[in-house]
Amino acid sequence: MSVIKVGARCLQCPGPIVELHKASAKASPGDVIEIEATDPGFKKDVVAWCKKTKNELLKLDDFGDHIVAVIRKC
Amino acid sequence: MRYVSENKALESAGTQNEKAKDESVPAVGTAEGTEAVEAIEGSSPKKKTLIVFADDLDKAIAAFTIATGAAAMGDDVTMFFTFWGLNILRRQKAVPLKKGAIERMFGALMPRGAGRLRLSKMNFFGIGAKMMNGLMKKKGVKTLPELMDLARELGVKMVACTMSMDVMGIAKEELIDGVELAGVASYLSEADEANVNLFIA
Repeated sequence: MSVIKVGARCLQCPGPIVELHKASAKASPGDVIEIEATDPGFKKDVVAWCKKTKNELLKLDDFGDHIVAVIRKC
Repeated sequence: MRYVSENKALESAGTQNEKAKDESVPAVGTAEGTEAVEAIEGSSPKKKTLIVFADDLDKAIAAFTIATGAAAMGDDVTMFFTFWGLNILRRQKAVPLKKGAIERMFGALMPRGAGRLRLSKMNFFGIGAKMMNGLMKKKGVKTLPELMDLARELGVKMVACTMSMDVMGIAKEELIDGVELAGVASYLSEADEANVNLFIA
């Protein structure tokens, strides 16, 4: 299991979920992806992305100016 | 009397039907029913189809944002370009081809490619579109050509309608690489498989 960090700061929709998709495509099941984004819409989008792609959202933090989501690839 | 009996017969038939319906209700709640619900909410890749009819910059950006977003959600996406929408797929440079006068006029008056589209509102002879592109760059929003490259990278299928190509005098050579040519039957068969179908006009 490895932790993959993805930087999606300053990217607007659909940038962050595209980066997440690319990282997830390269990852193996069980890997953890940590993504950081500044798009406020990403907070809801990452939940929808995880639900749709059946990956597990481990953590979602809103720091006001940026959002950090931690996802386990299933 | 006969009427009454007939009505009664109908009524009893009606209640039987209702009973039959009632009996069928619990079946929805069984394992099969829940599976169906899960399938709707689940992750199995679905198809999305978009018909791009317009060639306005704003509408094209909306279409490609949805297309790339859906691809990033793991779905198969097919975009059909028809009528004005074909202009989005044109090469920026003119391709020397033999054409009739009307076709030539159409070709000259319509925007040539994703970099030359107009805004549907507040275009102000192209100043609006330039300002919008500038703002988008500043705010980190992908420009239309960037979105199109991304769509291609994510495997979004782009299909040009051959009938409208013919009517508008647009040849295959004038379209960017990676565009498939097809007709309405191809679109309809893909739309049958899709659970979302959008018409961008």
